[in-house]
Amino acid sequence: MDLKQIYKYGSPPQYFKLSLKSENWFLIPGIFLMIIGCVGGLFIAPPDYQMGDAFRIIYFHVPSAFLSMSAYAYMAGAALIGIVWRSNVAFSVAKSIAPFGASFTFLALVTGMLWGKPMWGTVWVWDARLTSEFILLLLFLGYILLHLSIKEQKKADLAASVLALTGVINLPIIHYSVVWWNTLHQASTISKLSSSSITGDMLWPLLVMIFGYGFFFWGVICRVVASEILKREKRSKWVEQYIKELR
Amino acid sequence: MLPRHRRFLGICCVLIIVGLASFLILKSFQDNLLYYLTPSDVIAGKAPEDREFRIGGLVVVGSFYREEGSLTSQFTLTDGAATVNVNYRGILPDLFREGQGIIVRGLFNKSRVFIASEVLAKHDENYMPPEIHALSTPTE
Repeated sequence: MDLKQIYKYGSPPQYFKLSLKSENWFLIPGIFLMIIGCVGGLFIAPPDYQMGDAFRIIYFHVPSAFLSMSAYAYMAGAALIGIVWRSNVAFSVAKSIAPFGASFTFLALVTGMLWGKPMWGTVWVWDARLTSEFILLLLFLGYILLHLSIKEQKKADLAASVLALTGVINLPIIHYSVVWWNTLHQASTISKLSSSSITGDMLWPLLVMIFGYGFFFWGVICRVVASEILKREKRSKWVEQYIKELR
Repeated sequence: MLPRHRRFLGICCVLIIVGLASFLILKSFQDNLLYYLTPSDVIAGKAPEDREFRIGGLVVVGSFYREEGSLTSQFTLTDGAATVNVNYRGILPDLFREGQGIIVRGLFNKSRVFIASEVLAKHDENYMPPEIHALSTPTE
């Protein structure tokens, strides 16, 4: 396959069609996996030897946290493509990801706090992991606000993308914070490939949930990107054509 | 050089500079980023004298003592090399038990007993059902 084929999707109408077409290919498996993961995590997996049923919040906390970081990576990747190739489509993708990335970061923080209160004995501490995840939320919000505050589309895209790119440095800090410093937050459970920190019957719903969240996220993003492209291209011929066809 | 190559190089430069800056900042704040000290750190004199700080360690099995009807508990924290005696008045978190990782915040009194104003339980990254746990620690 010719790699240049990919340039085709740099054109807004092509990408618009692609996202509408692929939306359900992400959304339906995503919802399906999330239902399986919920049933597996909440009913089938055995309770923890110390925490009992309270550990089950891991099935929402870990996927949210995982997705919050990967969403940031996707956003920064789109921002990079946008700046280097001056691609309006890539900027649309970055802008669409930001509010959802912020939502999942918020979810990760809140589920962590709910678990922290009974288990740690506190809702919040300023240790390296919690602080860096909180900075991730501020980066998403900063991107959104910066984009909102600049009227001119191109300038807003550029400024917000530069912010997104500089914030990438936070991702390795979040990931390694539990290794580099003493933190109250525990080390990663599933990124260790060698020893098993979690037994198989507790692990599989977690993996299913992580994939479910990811697919669901992209399904939603497809729809949002499509509408963002329509908004940006509202004066173009192809949008006019598209609306006529709808009627 | 194409304009897009120049833009790409520009981004790389910005990222390298930001990365270096963060590295230097984090390195210089290394001590402040440590959420807790270990009992060995404390014995080695790394603990501040004039303000509260945190110690993290395992509760020594058999060291926990609380008088009937009292909220004041005593226990010993260890990291395997050094130990610290702790005194705490208040409600302990659910996960508090002997052998468990704990973080206490407070100050030493004159007789080198650590008077804690806050006790947090640190959970490790291991999750397992009770049966597996019973198998892996047959002595309990």
